[in-house]
Amino acid sequence: MFRYIVRRVLISIPVLIVASFLCFCLVTAMGDPLGNWKTAKPRSPGAVAAETHLIGYDKPFFARYGNWAVNFVEGDWNRDVTPGSDLAPVKSSVLDALWVTIKLVLAAEVLAIIIGVVIGVVGAVRQYSIFDYSITGVAFTLFSMPLFCIAIMIKAGGIQFNNWLQSLGSSTRWITTSGPPPGGFQGSFGTQFFQYTGAYILPVISLLCIEFALYSRFQRGSMLDVLNADYVRTAQAKGLSNARVILRHAFRNALIPVITVSALNVGALFSGAIITETVFGWQGMGVLIVKSVSNIEPWMVLGWLMVTATFIILFNLIADIIYAFLDPRIRLD
Amino acid sequence: MAAEAAQASTGTVDLTSTGFDATKARRQSTVIIKRFLRHRLAMISLVVFVVLVLFAFIGGALWKYSYSYEDTTGGGRYLPPTIDHPFGTDSLAADSLSQVLRGTQFSLLIALVVAFLSTALGVVLGSIAGFYRGWVDNVLSRFVDLVLVIPTVVLAGVLARSTQGNWYFIALFLGLTSWMSIARVIRGMVLSLREKEFVEAARALGGSAPRLIFRHILPNTLDVIIVNATLAVSQAVLAEAALSFIGLGVHPPDTSLGLLINKNQNEITLHPWLFWFPFVFIVLISLTVNFIGDGLRDAFDPRQKRVRA
Repeated sequence: MFRYIVRRVLISIPVLIVASFLCFCLVTAMGDPLGNWKTAKPRSPGAVAAETHLIGYDKPFFARYGNWAVNFVEGDWNRDVTPGSDLAPVKSSVLDALWVTIKLVLAAEVLAIIIGVVIGVVGAVRQYSIFDYSITGVAFTLFSMPLFCIAIMIKAGGIQFNNWLQSLGSSTRWITTSGPPPGGFQGSFGTQFFQYTGAYILPVISLLCIEFALYSRFQRGSMLDVLNADYVRTAQAKGLSNARVILRHAFRNALIPVITVSALNVGALFSGAIITETVFGWQGMGVLIVKSVSNIEPWMVLGWLMVTATFIILFNLIADIIYAFLDPRIRLD
Repeated sequence: MAAEAAQASTGTVDLTSTGFDATKARRQSTVIIKRFLRHRLAMISLVVFVVLVLFAFIGGALWKYSYSYEDTTGGGRYLPPTIDHPFGTDSLAADSLSQVLRGTQFSLLIALVVAFLSTALGVVLGSIAGFYRGWVDNVLSRFVDLVLVIPTVVLAGVLARSTQGNWYFIALFLGLTSWMSIARVIRGMVLSLREKEFVEAARALGGSAPRLIFRHILPNTLDVIIVNATLAVSQAVLAEAALSFIGLGVHPPDTSLGLLINKNQNEITLHPWLFWFPFVFIVLISLTVNFIGDGLRDAFDPRQKRVRA
């Protein structure tokens, strides 16, 4: 097992190198990072040369990449390049954004797995019941809606809810639809709790909608497979109670696919929370990458890539390990 | 049955006299089509989907107002839905119905091209990886890793800058970034199918690798391919919408349902018709295609039904 993990980690290093180089090519292909700055108003050749030198764009293509790679390994992730952005360091920007996204995604993901698994199991055990049909319908409808529409509707709903609260005589607007409060969460425990729930509830619900639908479908499918398996019939034939058969014999085995899917999904979610963050105004990873791409920020994009790629590779590995752990027949080596 | 076979092999008995009628023998495809036709939800979805396609393409050609913003013959801005403007008008006094129809056309076109591309790529690469195994498989797996790791937004950013958001570039882009899951599924199936006796027999008869793959192995994965291709259509509609929503997708003068929703997202409370009509169209396309895919899956593989509690 240990050797397998080491090998997987070693294999992923060339993937990271190639990915970062390709990404660098792509960002270079987007054009000149100083393009907007140059066209905004006439600049003297001296100022252009100074600015180009400042962001390291006076060096040739390969030298720029090599420079970045060496510095990155040493822990210097370079800086913002857009003039006037006070050259914020990439490392702190990316890690701050990561922390915002982790908090958002983690809450939604845990809830989604629990709700999805429970609904999937009940749907499979009571197949073709009214509950099963309605949950299937809800899941299919959620799948078929663009995530941003769900988010926009939930946001509109939140505003309506606030208006309703105010009409009841409440003085504060509980739900915030534009990210965490500007000064951060402050005050007594009660106030902070109030602020946290108000800020998180809408984005978490909108992430939850998509994710739980996915997990419930997977759980329902795998549970049906397991319930039709011979060993479940054997367990029933032995005279075990229905609850025991379902919980001890079927459920544990039916969990395997969902856990794998969710581990793979968590990695992807760090880049996939773009829509939710955009709609609800959270300064997370999704908003950061969209901003970096539209401003042509080569180092920001590369820093972002390295962090998300590490997460994706890590969770892929975790998925495989969990898989082997839950199903001893699978050998990793 | 055995008697019939024995008689048939002697070649002396007329088969029709034994009650066996070859014209009535049910082919696998007939069984599947019959099963699909009996799937009520899938059939309703198919009808709705076809109506939607006809409505978008024929209706879009016939409707009196043009989708372009030069045509403001419709009258005022923000007119609520009336008989003259069934979907109302928008902030520039353009007719909303014509825009939704135009957007539906582009969304459908993009989705079909993406589904075709990603399925074709996924099937070819997946079957090559599964068939040859070894270093070919390794190289392709690492390539999949790479495509998964490179952020879609960065690729889309390059594309949006260099192509000005033409719809076929968007379709090409989405197709080239969404073939990985089908490739993985096909690879797994080919890995097990290539060890089967019928493949061995074909190989012993001197079948070349392409012949083994395309004539003997891939027909056995046809059900998976068809279902996945259907689902790829609905995913492509949503992916295109998301891309347009973050501003990296289709640009005017091309339009799409995602772009329309993005443009009108702040109208949801004041002029709700501008948001809800494109939304309903997106959901209808995606939902009907999903149900059709589900019906196809059931038709191909009726196993996943509970036999007993």
